[in-house]
Amino acid sequence: MAEFLRVLTDNADLFREGFFNTVKLFLIAGVGSLVLGMLLGAMRVSPVPALRAFGATYVNVVRNTPLTLVFAFLVFAVPKLDVNIDYFPSACIALTLYTAAFVCEVVRSGVNTVATGQAEAARALGMTFGQVLTLIVLPQALRAMVPPMMSVFIAMLKNTTIAAGFSVLEAGAIPAYMSERGEPQFAVLLWITIGFLILVLPLVALQRFLERKWAVAR
Amino acid sequence: MTSVLYDLPGPKARRRNLLLSVLATAGIVALIAFIGYKFSATGQFEPRKWEQFQYASVQRELLTGLWATLKAAGIAAVLALLFGAVFASARLSDKWILRVPATFVVELFRAIPLLILIFFGYYVPLQYGWSIDKLWALVIGLMLYNGSVLAEIFRAGINAVPYGQSEGAYAIGMRKNQVLRLILLPQAFRSMLPAIVSQLVVLLKDTALGFIITYPELLFVGKQIGGRLPFGLPYVPAYLIVAAIYISICGLLSILAWWLQKRLSRLPRTAGKVLPAQDIGRDASARV
Repeated sequence: MAEFLRVLTDNADLFREGFFNTVKLFLIAGVGSLVLGMLLGAMRVSPVPALRAFGATYVNVVRNTPLTLVFAFLVFAVPKLDVNIDYFPSACIALTLYTAAFVCEVVRSGVNTVATGQAEAARALGMTFGQVLTLIVLPQALRAMVPPMMSVFIAMLKNTTIAAGFSVLEAGAIPAYMSERGEPQFAVLLWITIGFLILVLPLVALQRFLERKWAVAR
Repeated sequence: MTSVLYDLPGPKARRRNLLLSVLATAGIVALIAFIGYKFSATGQFEPRKWEQFQYASVQRELLTGLWATLKAAGIAAVLALLFGAVFASARLSDKWILRVPATFVVELFRAIPLLILIFFGYYVPLQYGWSIDKLWALVIGLMLYNGSVLAEIFRAGINAVPYGQSEGAYAIGMRKNQVLRLILLPQAFRSMLPAIVSQLVVLLKDTALGFIITYPELLFVGKQIGGRLPFGLPYVPAYLIVAAIYISICGLLSILAWWLQKRLSRLPRTAGKVLPAQDIGRDASARV
């Protein structure tokens, strides 16, 4: 047990930097994928066929591609196109591009959960598009979107570990550094697990709470 | 077609939509043209970069990588289904001594990043000097994570069968085992199938994590092919081909899951609600 604690205290620098970068990656890619995903989602529910087709193609291609491949493409292939991006920004872009497809699906299915009659009634009352969207559709759609959106972001938080394979020092990269320091890996991995549980479990609890609180009876 | 957001377009809206369509198409074409320009400016269309894909040895290399991917996915899928079945039945048990530990295990493995689970199988044996095949490090990680997710899908599927079904079965004198085996499972299976297939697609995609522990799967082979100097470091062609292989296999399986969902939802014999096939993130079942 003393040995187990020693692994953490002796390598506190590495654990701190690793988890700090994990959270940084999560926040940057979270904002990025939320923006890109909402844009794609808006395309998918728009009345313009070209935009709908573009959104659908993007989602279907990205959802059937492994995230590791997206990372590898950005890190190894993109520099060959004379576009040089550092490792950390590459990781942010890879996570953003990948997660945006899932955010897009959440937005689309959230909007689709609202019954057509709701909007028809609103239009019959003479509401404009902006009013229908902000007063009728979004308040209902947002409630349906929040729990699955949190699932997407919990999955993304766990996916940040993949950046470890592509020269980013985050929590997933700690074992490789610890190999050099000759620390017992089982203890190291247990500490990383505990770190992730501390990050993930509050999000899961919040998600379940919101799901119960905002359940819409339809 | 009316949707929640838009009414049938009138003449003005049709003109506006046409204009937007033209602009959007122009934008998309411009994007593709820009990518094409970047490709040709950096010589990605040079025959030298694509030449080696005509060689039988390189094609064999790709097939070996694909085989390694499918082997890991196949073994992990079987083990994960077993793991899921065992833990789902433990979670559904009446005895708390089975239910509580199973719940703990399933919740724990779903909260840990898959790569960390794979690292447990990879680094820990190294520490004790045991030799373990990288294949098994990958398979164990995939089994624990996907098995836990599948356990939740199974449980949700069984719970989705209307309560009257098991009530009726108990009323005519069936035992617990019979109710599960003869009444609940056959009906639950139909409602779970699309979700199971799409989880298996996730599992197949996740075998690419083997790349990080240098298991020689498809992505790893792609990097080797891309790193060859005599062919001008063809990383871009190599990864495009690897991506095409992944997208076609996973895409076909996703279409199967979608088709199953449509078909089974229509069947009158599916008593419960069909669980959706979409994998929302990797945590579809977290919401069930």
